[in-house]
Amino acid sequence: MANLENRFSNNVFFGTVDSVINWSRSSALWPETFGIACCAIEMISAGCARYDLDRLGVVFRPSPRQSDVMIIAGTVTKKFAPIVRLLYDQMTEPRWVIAMGTCAISGGVYNTYAVVQGSERIVPVDVHVPGCPPRPDALIHGILMLQEKIKKQHVLRRKDPQETGKVSP
Amino acid sequence: MSNQPLRELLQRESIQQRCESVYETFGMLTLTVSKENLLALCHLLKHDSALQFNFLSDICGVDHYPQRPRFETVYHLYSIPFKYRLRIKCRFELDELPPSVVPVWQTANWHEREAYDMYGIAFVGHPDLRRIYMWEGYDGYPMRKDYPLRGYADHYNPFGEARSERTEGA
Ligand code: SF4
Repeated sequence: MANLENRFSNNVFFGTVDSVINWSRSSALWPETFGIACCAIEMISAGCARYDLDRLGVVFRPSPRQSDVMIIAGTVTKKFAPIVRLLYDQMTEPRWVIAMGTCAISGGVYNTYAVVQGSERIVPVDVHVPGCPPRPDALIHGILMLQEKIKKQHVLRRKDPQETGKVSP
Repeated sequence: MSNQPLRELLQRESIQQRCESVYETFGMLTLTVSKENLLALCHLLKHDSALQFNFLSDICGVDHYPQRPRFETVYHLYSIPFKYRLRIKCRFELDELPPSVVPVWQTANWHEREAYDMYGIAFVGHPDLRRIYMWEGYDGYPMRKDYPLRGYADHYNPFGEARSERTEGA
């Protein structure tokens, strides 16, 4: 899609194309199956029968190549930070990141020698879901917020490289 | 379980001449031993037919900074046949390190690597002394009392101390 970008002016046709593309992207947000600490337990229960993320089109994928969203669910240690970055780099664009829990947002209570003070320092984060751990409802709210964000993007007429989730490393 | 049967067993000459003191803390008997006698004592405790301390449950390091001798290792033993528990403590300075107890208990391998990783206690004769938790290339020993709690400032942690504020191993 890259060679079509920014070649067109605003009109009814491209507005409709964008909304179709955004609708399909936001209704099939596939996160990576990957949890780092206790927050992952809440992420798992959000995916199970009681909260059932599948009804939002959120289906966990076992490979970064197949996924659109990275849910950083847990404490990112300095030892693990390069691996998180690698998993992010392996995802195909467009890609988004949800930082789940205070540990992933800011390091949380672990202001120590071993913990990254906020996953913003390694990957660009789109949605922060606060809590320790956030309840599954909060994670679902975060996913709905991300869907709202995606629906506002201009795919064929984008101005800002950040808009499609593409960032310079 | 009362410690009395074990206390009587530890009164024997072969054990008494190798350890410095015997006392009870938190319901558990503790032997203090010098690093010269550590390996012989461990060997004896494991292979004596009346004791058979065949399970080493944990090794941990202690930093007593600024006291001297600064470091200590603590060994927790368990005798599966007799259900005895025993603690061994050994104090030393960094220039006269204790021997590795891997020849007695294989499991000491990883426990000693942990103590090395966190305190920099390089056990003499350990077969494979590498870091176990921190990544390779990590600088310093984080559980030492002169290591800053928040670590040193870097890209991942801007709240740490600047390196110049302290000198390592003071
Ligand atoms: S925010 Fe709380 S629940 Fe989540 S990983 Fe950190 S400590 Fe665990």
